[in-house]
Amino acid sequence: MSAGRIQLEALGIALGDGASAFTAVRDVNAVIEPGEFVCILGPSGCGKSTLLAGLAGHVAPNAGRATLDGKLIEGPHPERGMVFQQHTLLPWRKTLDNVAFGLKMRGVKKRERHLRARALLDRVGLGAFAERYPAQLSGGMQQRAEIARAILNEPRVLLMDEPFGALDAQTRASMQALLLDVWSERRPTVVFVTHDIDEALFLADRVLVMSHSPGTVLEELRVPFARPRERELVTEAGFVALKRRCLALLRYPLASPMAASNDAPARIDISHSVLS
Amino acid sequence: MATLAYSAPSLLRSRGARAGVQWASLALCIALWHLATTHRWNLGIVTFENVPTPADTLAAIIDLAHSPKLVAHLTSSVRRIAAGYVAAAASGVVLGIAIGRSQWSRLALLTPLEVLRPIPAVAWIPLAILMFPSSEMSMIFITFTGAFFPILLGTIHGVEGVEPRLVSSARSLGAGNRVILREVILPGAAPAIVTGLAIGMGTSWFCLVTAEMISGQYGIGYYTWQSYTVQRYPDVVVGMLLIGLLGMGSSALVRIAGTRLTPWLAAGRIR
Repeated sequence: MSAGRIQLEALGIALGDGASAFTAVRDVNAVIEPGEFVCILGPSGCGKSTLLAGLAGHVAPNAGRATLDGKLIEGPHPERGMVFQQHTLLPWRKTLDNVAFGLKMRGVKKRERHLRARALLDRVGLGAFAERYPAQLSGGMQQRAEIARAILNEPRVLLMDEPFGALDAQTRASMQALLLDVWSERRPTVVFVTHDIDEALFLADRVLVMSHSPGTVLEELRVPFARPRERELVTEAGFVALKRRCLALLRYPLASPMAASNDAPARIDISHSVLS
Repeated sequence: MATLAYSAPSLLRSRGARAGVQWASLALCIALWHLATTHRWNLGIVTFENVPTPADTLAAIIDLAHSPKLVAHLTSSVRRIAAGYVAAAASGVVLGIAIGRSQWSRLALLTPLEVLRPIPAVAWIPLAILMFPSSEMSMIFITFTGAFFPILLGTIHGVEGVEPRLVSSARSLGAGNRVILREVILPGAAPAIVTGLAIGMGTSWFCLVTAEMISGQYGIGYYTWQSYTVQRYPDVVVGMLLIGLLGMGSSALVRIAGTRLTPWLAAGRIR
């Protein structure tokens, strides 16, 4: 069984209608292999979240097509799990029922789904908070519950829209480690959107760098570092070189990919980068 | 995790102090009423010369309390309100969800409803009598018109306010339209629906006197109106007070039931 191969062919997405319509994503071509961890890196407002929403089936493309395992993506489906930057746990459901929601949709009996949800909550350190409402959790806990809910549904593809963007640096680092840990067990295909270069390079097998709006893929970078990865990786020479390359690509958002690749700046001034 | 709850100013921290202020304000209102009526204040644009005093009103209350008709008045009114209110709640919530969720329903239904909304209950009386075979049904219909619009508008407001990302997210977890309605839309709109229901309860009582103008013998609204036509003014005030108290009480019951039905709201406030 082929599991989780995504193919994007000349994909374009327009948002809004009438006079206010604009092209958010233009002419994206990419193949994402089953079990691969791909990060989409781009400046804010470049259309990377729209691209992800297109993969989730929450917005329809106006050009080209997106397929999963050869089948056209036409709407939301539990085989493509989605994690948002701001959690989307149901405020009226306790954490346990939120995490078990996908299983409930699949008709899993209450005892069984609670058992499995509890086991996963223990795994992500939320065991003691199963009976709390989302509003009673901290931001990091809410995000862990959000991810646990998507994972428990065992999707072939996990779509993540800056899932750690609102967290503090320390929480973010531990969440990244947790995500890699869980991913290495079940190996769903992951498409992870971020504007944080370190995060993209630490997590991904491959990084797709997107241009300014309308977003299209400027370049794809292989991230060859061995797994499991340790935090120290971010200070190694190979990592820094790749990071410099990303910065160059993101600093000249309007330049062509060729120009950017020939013209990596000698001195990198992060404070002026579009990322700051 | 542990956020400090909002701390009230020191004077109002104890429950007793808060109740004290509430009772004192009520006592002050009655004292003013007493002064205005016993001294027959005439303020030019408004005069209290013919307004019953609290003492007269109290005597009328005691009379009514001993009257065998009191129970009949109360049960007739409560029954009419209950029937009109239940019908308004059911249709208001159902139509509100339809209008809030579907562009089609909104375009098809909202315009005629907006035309009907400003029509006061009293203007419905002739048509209500013409449309319904029994006067009882006409009266229920009038209380219905009072409760319906706040419930409808509350529901539309609540449904439109549901975070669209919650719907998207639930769909990505495999939820279909019916599940979205049950698990996302209804609970998401619940706080606004409860507010609409509580306001609708009050406005339903608001229309009671109007409704019971049609009545032949029983009902608090009937009692109030009848007392006016036979010039028993203290009884008018008793009827008014009864309607006020019952309206306030039943609105409070709706709010309490609403709070019970939305436990997550309280959980979010007190962490």
